[in-house]
Amino acid sequence: MTDALDRPTSLLLLGGTSDIGLATVRALRSPALRRVVLAARPSSARDAVVADLSSSGVVGVTAVDFEASDTASHDVLLTSVFAEGDIDVVLVAFGVLGDQQDFEDNPDHAVEAAQINYVGAVSVCLRAAHLLRAQGHGSLVVLSSVAGERARRSNFVYGSTKAGLDALASGLADALHGTGVHVLIVRPGFVHTGMTAHLDPAPLSVTAEQVADGVVSGLRRGATVVYVPATLRVVMSGLRHLPRAVFRRLPV
Amino acid sequence: MPSKGTDTATVEPTSQLLTGWGLTMPSRADVQRPQGVQDVVAAVLAAGGRGILARGAGRSYGDAAQNGGGVVLDLSALATLELLDDGDLVVGGGALLSDVIPVLLARGRFLPVTPGTRFITVGGAIAADVHGKNHHVDGSFGAHVRWIDLLTADGQVRRLASDGPVEDVALLAATAGGMGLTGVILTARIGTIPAPSSSVRVDTRRVDDLDSLMTLMVEGDAAYRYSVAWVDGMASGGRLGRGVLTRGDHAAPSEVASHHSAAFPSGDSPRITVPPTPVSPLNRLSLKAFNEAYFRRAPRERTGQIMGLAPFFYPLDAVGGWNRLYGRRGFLQYQFAVPDSGADVVRLALERLAGIGAPSFLTVLKRFGPGRADSPLSFPIEGWTLAIDVPVRTRGLDRVLDDLDENVLAAGGRLYLAKDSRATPATIAAGYPGLGAFRALKADVDPHGVFVSDLSRRLDL
Repeated sequence: MTDALDRPTSLLLLGGTSDIGLATVRALRSPALRRVVLAARPSSARDAVVADLSSSGVVGVTAVDFEASDTASHDVLLTSVFAEGDIDVVLVAFGVLGDQQDFEDNPDHAVEAAQINYVGAVSVCLRAAHLLRAQGHGSLVVLSSVAGERARRSNFVYGSTKAGLDALASGLADALHGTGVHVLIVRPGFVHTGMTAHLDPAPLSVTAEQVADGVVSGLRRGATVVYVPATLRVVMSGLRHLPRAVFRRLPV
Repeated sequence: MPSKGTDTATVEPTSQLLTGWGLTMPSRADVQRPQGVQDVVAAVLAAGGRGILARGAGRSYGDAAQNGGGVVLDLSALATLELLDDGDLVVGGGALLSDVIPVLLARGRFLPVTPGTRFITVGGAIAADVHGKNHHVDGSFGAHVRWIDLLTADGQVRRLASDGPVEDVALLAATAGGMGLTGVILTARIGTIPAPSSSVRVDTRRVDDLDSLMTLMVEGDAAYRYSVAWVDGMASGGRLGRGVLTRGDHAAPSEVASHHSAAFPSGDSPRITVPPTPVSPLNRLSLKAFNEAYFRRAPRERTGQIMGLAPFFYPLDAVGGWNRLYGRRGFLQYQFAVPDSGADVVRLALERLAGIGAPSFLTVLKRFGPGRADSPLSFPIEGWTLAIDVPVRTRGLDRVLDDLDENVLAAGGRLYLAKDSRATPATIAAGYPGLGAFRALKADVDPHGVFVSDLSRRLDL
């Protein structure tokens, strides 16, 4: 149970090596936090993250094997994590960015990205929703993106996967209203992470820590959608309504 | 709305979002309203993986009376009431003290222990082992329980008497303060005390600083059955801990002028009710002004004032839904007890909370008599207890309270489970050395953990 001062006692990070996910775990660190489950592919990177979090004073950090595209494995995985104790916050933070040109040249690669970013997320979000409902409390935090709000020429495959995820999470937020389970959709702009290190930053770019702060404040306020930075809410509201001919020519 | 937190008009189970009095930490549970003991037994035997818990009137501040995803029992139908010839009361676990008191007063009796609200149930009073203004003289509620009928996880009803076999006495003692985790308290027999009138004789002192206040209490409390100090939680510097000390005892009929013989308010309708407000009217400025006025209004010294029982014991019961005053995000009450050797922690707590500008109008300081050594989770220990209401939106509150926890524990003190909404398992375990014994007894009487609460899961009780 997240305590009266908004401090979760347990977290499940799906995408256990995600920069934004880990920054969020660090931002939610408190004396109340005593269980952190990192769900990710077995890797030296995952081992390093467990060691790093543990050495920085986070207690009860464990890792479980998770393959986003292997949806058949998700039920057993999530059920076993919840069976060991309530999960106060589930963070859905996995995803691949890919390369738009590669997606267009090799549609199989686009399908793979969609399997991870959208199909995998559909699987875990709906299963987590069931488990959270059954415990009568908890939050589901879904890492979406402004890229899903209006698909752009430069990354519409990635954008379409996030659009689908965002729509799912929006519907889920309504479906779970009043159940004690809260859904928070996070729509960051360009985030400086390992996933975007090779790209030129877009305007209004942020760090993973800033996204994490947005998550913490969204959880505290009980918000359904947070933009990071917050000014993107206004910017996206404008961009959404631009005439297509103008939008197409924007250098975004 | 002396909130039951649940609607008693229907017996159908309903799925409800429940919180404690602090309005924080909601969770959804299947609320059932058994109409008799057989219904309660059936519900306990049918409890699923998320377990079952009896909820009283929902006056615990945090998550003690919640069971997210599981079953919560509303026992308001179990409210039978019988006053025996020897003055003892045999009462259903779901009865409210507000229903019991008029019956007692009509026979010249009163509750042996009452907390600051009468809108709690008898079962809740035992489960939290509540205390009152007379703890230094009469101990906690559990000390006056002759026996209880406890429904345990095996579906059996056990009559546990305070003079019974040793294992019954142990289970009774663990149930007092056991937060509902040993079983369902169906019925209790409780001792009562004489109340020659429905008034009290009160001496009031306005005291300008904490040292003087604490000295007065140490030196003078023994002369009074009831003693409590309201403290201006927002005063700082030389005024830190200034307060109003009220002490008294039941008044004899001869002391009560006819115009004072006000009837005890019946039923559960408060005189005024706070409507839900989107923005809390309570902030640093308004509460500083309120506390200043409250302090100034109190007489420097007045003796022998005759007051009704309700305004003396239950001043806040006159304001329905006052918990909404702190705003939508809710509030918590930080209450700790420390032995006399840890009296400095009282000053530290007032300093630190005034230091972050925590707006509070309910800060209460009281002396405790000896605790109940046999009750592993009973809160009171001999010395001091301080309770402070604070809205959870107060900036910096988490760190200040974590730090105070360490000081409370270092002084040999503990936190009150009925008020808790933010402690850690380690803090509770350190404050309650009997927790291991409680868990062992719980494992024996409830091996499958049928009785659980959000509190027990959060604090690993």
